[in-house]
Amino acid sequence: MSRSAHAYLGLLAFGLAAPFFIYPVLVMKILCFALFACAFNLLLGYTGLLSFGHAAFFGTAAYVAGHAIKVWGMPTELGLLTGTLASALLGWAFGSLAIRRQGIYFAMVTLALAQMMYFVFLQAPFTGGEDGLQGVPRGTLLGFIKLADDLNLYYFVLAIFVAAFWLIHRTIHSPFGQILKAIRENEARAISLGYDVAKYKLLAFVLSAALAGLAGATKMLVFKFATLTDAHWHQSGEVVLMTILGGMGTVLGPVVGSTVIVTLQNELADKVGSLVTVIMGAIFMICVLAFRRGIVGESMALYKRMMGLKT
Amino acid sequence: MTEIFGIPIQALLGQLMLGLVNGSFYAMLSLGLAVIFGMLNIINFAHGALYMMGAFLAWMGLEYLGIGYWQALLVAPLMVGIFGIAVERSMLQWLYKLDHLYGLLLTFGLALVLEGLFTNAYGVSGQPYQIPAELSGAFNLGFMFLPKYRAWVIGASLAVCFATWFMIEKTRLGANLRAATENPMLTQAFGINVPLMVMLTYGFGAALAGFAGVLAAPVIQISPLMGSHLIITVFAVVVIGGMGSILGSILTGLGLGVIEGLTRVFYPEASATVVFVIMAIVLMIRPAGLFGKEK
Repeated sequence: MSRSAHAYLGLLAFGLAAPFFIYPVLVMKILCFALFACAFNLLLGYTGLLSFGHAAFFGTAAYVAGHAIKVWGMPTELGLLTGTLASALLGWAFGSLAIRRQGIYFAMVTLALAQMMYFVFLQAPFTGGEDGLQGVPRGTLLGFIKLADDLNLYYFVLAIFVAAFWLIHRTIHSPFGQILKAIRENEARAISLGYDVAKYKLLAFVLSAALAGLAGATKMLVFKFATLTDAHWHQSGEVVLMTILGGMGTVLGPVVGSTVIVTLQNELADKVGSLVTVIMGAIFMICVLAFRRGIVGESMALYKRMMGLKT
Repeated sequence: MTEIFGIPIQALLGQLMLGLVNGSFYAMLSLGLAVIFGMLNIINFAHGALYMMGAFLAWMGLEYLGIGYWQALLVAPLMVGIFGIAVERSMLQWLYKLDHLYGLLLTFGLALVLEGLFTNAYGVSGQPYQIPAELSGAFNLGFMFLPKYRAWVIGASLAVCFATWFMIEKTRLGANLRAATENPMLTQAFGINVPLMVMLTYGFGAALAGFAGVLAAPVIQISPLMGSHLIITVFAVVVIGGMGSILGSILTGLGLGVIEGLTRVFYPEASATVVFVIMAIVLMIRPAGLFGKEK
């Protein structure tokens, strides 16, 4: 068994035991944001595309899933799936526009499109405007497991996370993932090798948007509401921060980054009030200036250096 | 009363003026972004925060030190410019060799810090700022009333935009600047201090944002969030216009302001999103932007 397989098994065991000694809702929140950041990392870390508008997918799925479950009375699983599909569709639309521009423009286009969605949600009749979509019932899983119970819901959320994480892991290590990395390293070379780069970028974008949507829909289910915060540009920035802090282009980086950020916000929220934004911004700047490989990336580099010294 | 498409002409012209006022802010901010991008190759996310700083400095000057509007119009941009220079020297200069995205991320972090600090100090509800006595009231043009301050905002921002264009395209300093943008190594070899010019460029761009902030102070509520609301729209403006041409930035900014104003008359629900929709359409038919060159 490889070393990384051991690490994953250890994490899984931790995940299974976590709700017995940590408040389950907090762990669920971490899992949702970890999934969000992993989906985002697929794009930034493995395809080299910085999307500054991923909150649009997170928020859209939250609203659509919430509406489907609450108003249309869909079963929970189907509701989550509908939300995810809505985000995938939106990802296809935004992705095909955004990939027409490269680099810095790509980031600006995605940010602007996401802002447009924010205004749409602000005005649309079904979102509840500033109040948000409140009181979405959690429902039952497969018709008999009551998700109102935090522990039941926790294992459902964990299962979603593990399945999605496996899918991302599988994608990264597939031939498709290798082509994405080739595009990241040298787009011109990938084109000259005969790859239809635009198609691959779009596919990565849609996959990332869909999984970000799954994360948003699941978060909605945990907290039973969807609000404008989910679609705000702060949220888009936060997922960038989580990914960079943990280490972009590493499999576990986004998980580590989101755990740190969510825990930090949870601890600080009632102590420092609006200074949380200042702290987040400062972490952002420190990461960019001095810590670009992130926690996981720097640890791996350190580990390699130490091994190198020994032999 | 005269009507066009069932809309009274006064209301139409009023919104048109308001659109031009907003357009002048888009023009000044996208011009600053374009100048900075040309020289430093970074997109300055903090541009909105610097604009907010300009407005707040004007307000704080009046509130604590009794500094009036006209002095603030000079002092606040200067202070924002000096702040910009400090940012460039202490942080941005270490990022030039890296991917452009890091500059965007760093300035994003900076924007969060500034926004958070001002929110912590003054809350998110807006602060009012009086229109200076010389500019209060309105001109009666016969067919409409034109508030003096709006006319001043449009005139002043056009003058600043034109002065910037003149400096970059027609003076020796501008020629050096363009040379440094084109090929920094070679320009340095001719004995021009390129790092100094880079520093001054960022300072100038920041000052421009600060100036826009002071101009905006009397017509909007001064709030820590005023910058981020605006900057994302300005990004869309920049994508639509392309950052290649200075006059292009100015025209695109003004034009989109007017379109937004007209949308507010004919279909108010879409006024918040119209710029983004136009951006999507431009991306479909002319991906490089209206004034951009395909690289």
